Amino acid sequence: MALSETLPAEPEPIAIPQGYWSGVGARLVRDPLTVICASVILALILGAIFAPWLGLADPYKGSMIARLKPLGTEGHILGTDEQGRDMLARLIYGGRLTLFIGLMPVVLAFFIGSTLGILAGYVGGITNTIIMRTVDVFFAFPSVLLAIAISGALGAGIVNSLVSLTIVFIPPLTRVAEAVTSGVRSLDYIDAARATGASALTVIRVHVIGNVLSPIFVYATSLTSVCMILAAGLSFLGIGVRPPEPEWGLMLNTLRSAIYVNPWLSALPGVMIFVTSLCLNLLSDGLRSAMNVRD
Amino acid sequence: MLTYLIRRLILVLPVAFGVSVICFLLVQIAPGDPLTAIMPVDATAEEQDAMRAAYGLDKPLPVQYAFWIGNLVQGDMGKSIATGRPVAGEVFGAVQNSLLLALSAAVIAFPIGIFLGFLAGYFRDTWIDRVVTAVSIAGVSVPNYWLGIVLVIIFSVNLGWLPSMGAGPGGSSEWEWNWLHMRHLVLPAVTLAVVPIGIVARTVRALAGEILTQDFVQALYAKGMSRADVLRHVARNAAATALSVMGLQLGYLLGGSILIETVFNWPGSGFLLSNAIFQRDLPLLQGTILVLALFFVAMNLIVDVAQAAIDPRVQRT
Amino acid sequence: MSATDYAPKPDTGGPAQPLLIVKDLQKHFPVRGGLFGRTQAKVQAVDGVSFEVKKGETLGIVGESGCGKSTTAKLLIGLTEKDRGEIIFDGLSLGQRLPLKDLRKGVQMVFQDSYATLNPRLTILDSVAFGTKVQGLKDPNGLARKMMDRVGLNPNRFAHRYPHELSGGQRQRVNIARALAMSPRLVVLDEAVSALDKSVEAQVLNLLNDLRAEFGLTYIFISHDLNVVRYISDRILVMYLGEVVEVAPVDSIWKSQAHPYTRSLFSAMPSMDPDNRTQEPPLAGDPPNPINPPSGCRFHTRCRFASDVCKSDAPRLDGLAQNAAHMVVCHLYDAASGHPRAGQGIPA
Repeated sequence: MALSETLPAEPEPIAIPQGYWSGVGARLVRDPLTVICASVILALILGAIFAPWLGLADPYKGSMIARLKPLGTEGHILGTDEQGRDMLARLIYGGRLTLFIGLMPVVLAFFIGSTLGILAGYVGGITNTIIMRTVDVFFAFPSVLLAIAISGALGAGIVNSLVSLTIVFIPPLTRVAEAVTSGVRSLDYIDAARATGASALTVIRVHVIGNVLSPIFVYATSLTSVCMILAAGLSFLGIGVRPPEPEWGLMLNTLRSAIYVNPWLSALPGVMIFVTSLCLNLLSDGLRSAMNVRD
Repeated sequence: MLTYLIRRLILVLPVAFGVSVICFLLVQIAPGDPLTAIMPVDATAEEQDAMRAAYGLDKPLPVQYAFWIGNLVQGDMGKSIATGRPVAGEVFGAVQNSLLLALSAAVIAFPIGIFLGFLAGYFRDTWIDRVVTAVSIAGVSVPNYWLGIVLVIIFSVNLGWLPSMGAGPGGSSEWEWNWLHMRHLVLPAVTLAVVPIGIVARTVRALAGEILTQDFVQALYAKGMSRADVLRHVARNAAATALSVMGLQLGYLLGGSILIETVFNWPGSGFLLSNAIFQRDLPLLQGTILVLALFFVAMNLIVDVAQAAIDPRVQRT
Repeated sequence: MSATDYAPKPDTGGPAQPLLIVKDLQKHFPVRGGLFGRTQAKVQAVDGVSFEVKKGETLGIVGESGCGKSTTAKLLIGLTEKDRGEIIFDGLSLGQRLPLKDLRKGVQMVFQDSYATLNPRLTILDSVAFGTKVQGLKDPNGLARKMMDRVGLNPNRFAHRYPHELSGGQRQRVNIARALAMSPRLVVLDEAVSALDKSVEAQVLNLLNDLRAEFGLTYIFISHDLNVVRYISDRILVMYLGEVVEVAPVDSIWKSQAHPYTRSLFSAMPSMDPDNRTQEPPLAGDPPNPINPPSGCRFHTRCRFASDVCKSDAPRLDGLAQNAAHMVVCHLYDAASGHPRAGQGIPA
């Protein structure tokens, strides 16, 4: 006979069983600022993806007679750049490379850094020492300096930018992943799981990853804004995307020559970078509080 | 404290070694032959080999590293490929200018950041807090190279108040302590200060808010201490962490000024670096990065030791 | 859950063979510090502990916090690696003829903090079934559900809940179900009921007694609560500063405690009878630092009967003259120890 029928019932908790992520989602949707920021980012991404179908002008086709037209010009609502190319088209198309190089390194570094950090945090010992001391060396470089150093040595190019920015963001993510994992590692439920005779990999897969990934993820989202600024900065310096590709940092650079002719036009690509990075930051803050991760 | 100091100094050595290895490898990852820039176009294979041997490039990497580091400790960082001058001299001159810019930005940023952060932390969840939070989020989100351009548009192009280029009249790079030169410092320093203002304000706000809700603060009020005295206690408790954040920010300012120096043609290390990159002047690139990174390492060390001196809890970790 | 679902590894040594023999178990944790982070000292958490657990019995382990109870428990299931000593499970020595993985099929553990031992991201069913899946048992989820039902948690109601939605008592039932789903023969209960309310504690203790009878389990029950230990144990082992000081059948030790430390431990227990108040002075001071434990008998710094020999020579575990099953580590009971009161024991 089952004991559940003979024992006096303990008071039943009233919480409705629900998954963790649906709770996070519900809290996110209730936060208007986060919703606005998410919409802006989404709009930029969708605009970048569907740019060819938006009825925009050719972002590569310039015109010698229509150079540096001011904002509000007929046919060029945001004016034209130093080669007479339509600014609106270039800004929207520019989202493609800018967002890609601005976000992809964090995604790559998230996977690599999490793997290294979880490994170091769970296994400990000499593995931890090797991984974390190497990470310490990279921490000796300010992120801007490291990105410029590697990109500068490798030379301009999209792949080189991705490589250098990924290298920049692996150390901080590894360090956070290691810290969170060694925290979880010392909890009793890991001991309980190990006591079943499960292999380290099984314990990590079932018990560690689910509990460390969300703080690492939140931290990673907080890096996207910096990565955006850095990625565009590399192009601004001329060691990122090569002309004539539309990219916000590169556009900001080439339009610098126009600040005496049409100053506000030349600041436009920077507005895009600023808005994107601001929204990424606010989105990350919103996500952090929705996921209840303490600083 | 002495044990801590010595241990910390010893811990710095492997990091410095790692930094030197990375800087050494920078040249190795660069595509192309490092000698193409100085090699005559019509050099024969024998001449090329001779030159390679002269530069020690025919040796295996660890040997090359040993040569390089051996010269380095004697202060010889090689010669610039573009100018032929010793790298060390070029770098130290430029770093001085960068340091001037970074310190000026710090002088602007830290008091403002601390003031704003403390205000927000003290008046938590009021409109003051919200405004400061908005300002600091905007501060950390702004691409400062763009902000520099916007400031140039406003104050140089439209208003004509301040110069936008160089470190002195006529594009001179020799710094003097007079108004003519200092005018050139204003815009880049302000631009560079914006990000650390945001970061320092954020940190101080969190610290102040956290400490003000702690039990010992309640106890201080309970024993009849005046508001100002309580604030002094809070400030002392926050000082160690705030100091470490600001110390690191100073390091970041030096490294992060590269983009700003490019915007304002400021003759600092960043400017040197971008020249080195475009002229493929790898020894110069390597030397500049190395000096900046070692400076950052030293800054970290100073911050840690200062923090331990202020807050005895730090020494135990 | 029927008895047929419960499939522990078959007995090998017969009933006379103790299920667990621990010989000279030792664990010292290094304390690092100084210039190069070298080991400066060692916390002697467990130092030369030996005991046996017979098949089907419950051995209670008591002692102050920090005496090495929990470290002993973790050593027994291989969560902490031992420095020295031997763990023999049903005649097979761990690390020699018994691999760690096999030990964990035979020995399971229930921890004190019912919340911390459950992964907050897993449902109750997933937590209970984790071990059975790892061991590759047939129908792990079905097994887990049956065991949940057996410990008093209706699987239809609880299987898909998360730990934070359960009460402390329910969570501890989950932990028990998780341990038993692996069909162990020995369960180490480390302060398993200490965090529960008194009424819930009683329910869980009764459940543990029922389960022991039904599945033929052997328990090692670690607690600082003497009354609880008395209720569930057959024998009691007393630890002080990483060492065993007394092992005795529960009735014998309840009647008269041989070791001065055990005596003060028992007299510190609040009496239920107001006419039977303790006359014994309570134990003074904190236990000494296990980094640098006292020489000789580790208890001599706090012992009323300490003499010179206690400071220099460590006493050995030996049965009492009148009852060999009651064993104690004290010079007072060793006629040849050289103690002024040697062979007399402590005054009643």
